[in-house]
Amino acid sequence: MSVGNDAPGAWNRPPSGRAGLADPAPRVAFTAEQLAEARRLQSLYPDPRGALLPVLQMAQDAFGYISLPVEEYVAGLFNLSPAHVHEVVTFYTLFFREPKGRHVVAVCHNLSCHLAGAPEIVARLKARLGIEVGETTEDGKVTLQSVECLCACEHAPMMQVDDRYELGLTPEKVDRILEGLR
Amino acid sequence: MTAEKLLTRNFGRADSHTLRAYLESGGYTAWQKAQALEPAAITEEVKQSNLRGLGGAGFPTGTKWSFIPKHHTGPVYLVINADEGEPGTFKDRYLLEREPHALIEGMLIAARAIRAAKGFVYIRGEYVEPWRRFSAAVKEAYDAGYLGRGLDVVVHRGAGAYICGEETGLISSLEGKKGWPKVKPPFPAIKGAFGMPTIVNNVETICHVPHIINRGAAWFASLGTKTQGGTRIFSVSGRVRKPGIYEASVAITLRALIYELAGGVAGNGRLKAVVPGGSSAAILRADEIDVTADVDGLRNAGTMAGSAGVIVMDETVSIPEALMVVARFYAHESCGQCTPCRESTGWIYQMTKRIVEGRGRKDDLDTILDVARRGAGTTICAFYDGAVGPYISYIEKFRAEFEALIPN
Ligand SMILES: Cc1cc2nc3c(=O)[nH]c(=O)nc-3n(C[C@H](O)[C@H](O)[C@H](O)COP(=O)(O)O)c2cc1C
Ligand code: SF4
Ligand code: FES
Repeated sequence: MSVGNDAPGAWNRPPSGRAGLADPAPRVAFTAEQLAEARRLQSLYPDPRGALLPVLQMAQDAFGYISLPVEEYVAGLFNLSPAHVHEVVTFYTLFFREPKGRHVVAVCHNLSCHLAGAPEIVARLKARLGIEVGETTEDGKVTLQSVECLCACEHAPMMQVDDRYELGLTPEKVDRILEGLR
Repeated sequence: MTAEKLLTRNFGRADSHTLRAYLESGGYTAWQKAQALEPAAITEEVKQSNLRGLGGAGFPTGTKWSFIPKHHTGPVYLVINADEGEPGTFKDRYLLEREPHALIEGMLIAARAIRAAKGFVYIRGEYVEPWRRFSAAVKEAYDAGYLGRGLDVVVHRGAGAYICGEETGLISSLEGKKGWPKVKPPFPAIKGAFGMPTIVNNVETICHVPHIINRGAAWFASLGTKTQGGTRIFSVSGRVRKPGIYEASVAITLRALIYELAGGVAGNGRLKAVVPGGSSAAILRADEIDVTADVDGLRNAGTMAGSAGVIVMDETVSIPEALMVVARFYAHESCGQCTPCRESTGWIYQMTKRIVEGRGRKDDLDTILDVARRGAGTTICAFYDGAVGPYISYIEKFRAEFEALIPN
């Protein structure tokens, strides 16, 4: 594969005026193993850029969230402008541009869940966590989101906690789930 | 009327997702059979079966396959739409988790028909368990030699955006861009993923293909109506006693689906309204459900079969509040490319919200109807038309309920 951050060009360098925007973060880079995985993913697509979403997902797992330096690093891996990567990152809801809690609780507020009491579930989550939707608890444990249909409407109301779907919620069940988070 | 189960026949088995279970139920025999058929013969069989796309648009599947340019010599791609996101729909989640090999076998056959050597399966990012299950099945299929000998399958995860379910938005996303739908024509069959001819099909559509090859087009066609063959999986939610998935003939009536399969209406037990095809379908009143749930039956009823997500509302449900929730969804998910869609979805949500909060104005309802009607059909993709369906139908059919909330 010809693209890579080992073939740097002007596009790969942060514009100088932008440095102040980013955190004074340590140098962002994948481990050799992660880099090999990114290259493997790129090789699966007719155009390596097809792997942008999966590689961004990897980057988010590796670095916690997708900061501007991470965007620039990933752009370098793809021979893309940081602006393109920024546009992509800001388009999708599963990419975090700020540090998130150790757990992400995404409660569904769409129609079937609404009909089954989602507003009550959202209220319970806010009260128990002491935060608003979109916020992270002070101890960094939980980020709360309110999201569109997660397509498990037969078990409404429901929410996603990290990788897991939590189904058939009641306020009491919400309490138990929150207590189980470490 | 419940018909024989095809797609869900193995769902009772705890190990239905494994290759062993799939083989025990006759799996991969259709693929064997298909390998002896000419690609054009496979497409013809699917055409004759009257299989229609089950992702939303209801387009005849065999006809779509036949649009691949005959003399194209470069690569052709098969893309499976597993970005399930239409509110009220959850069938593809079950298929990915419980019958992943049916999708793989269907892909093998479809890929032969359209001469594709590469298939992509675009799974919504939130579907972690379905993705794990499906990926494990892909690995089994490689190890057993079904994949990797003429067809390679790449499992691709989305990153959260409803619009990536729209086939050209999905293609943009697969190409590593934001999920902006593209102007058609060119249609994907001519110029799709990575600039090559591409067929995009829904998970459930492709899961039907092995059954058609095994048992014949005529048999499949006979299960449905004159213009749509087979069964499909209805996702039933909202105020019903037994929410869940129900596989039935596409010719079942909404009434039978709700009262015979889903156990009848919950809440106060009296039906008020039904959304028959995911939230983008126009709403039906309780007296409008004696219609068949096939593509043409529901089109004739002024709504659509869509993704067969059936959302049931009893008399205690506030229709204005329901519309507000639906309008919030469209406002959030508009990709922002077309002015009418971007602007109207935002404004209409704000207006429905103020109506529900008792701050509506006298002319709000007519303004919503006017704005909705003028934007319909003017946008790059069908997303906006999918928002207009509910805006207009909720208000026209339940106008008094909205008016009662607007102060004099
Ligand atoms: C806004 C919008 C969202 C859509 N979402 C989905 C979806 O989640 N899954 C799906 O299969 N089709 C979805 N579709 C339909 C696809 O554009 C396309 O018609 C379908 O994937 C084709 O497959 P089929 O012919 O097998 O149904 C959507 C369409 C629109 C306009
Ligand atoms: S209709 Fe809406 S969702 Fe579709 S392309 Fe236009 S702005 Fe995007
Ligand atoms: S409405 Fe909540 S999962 Fe579908």
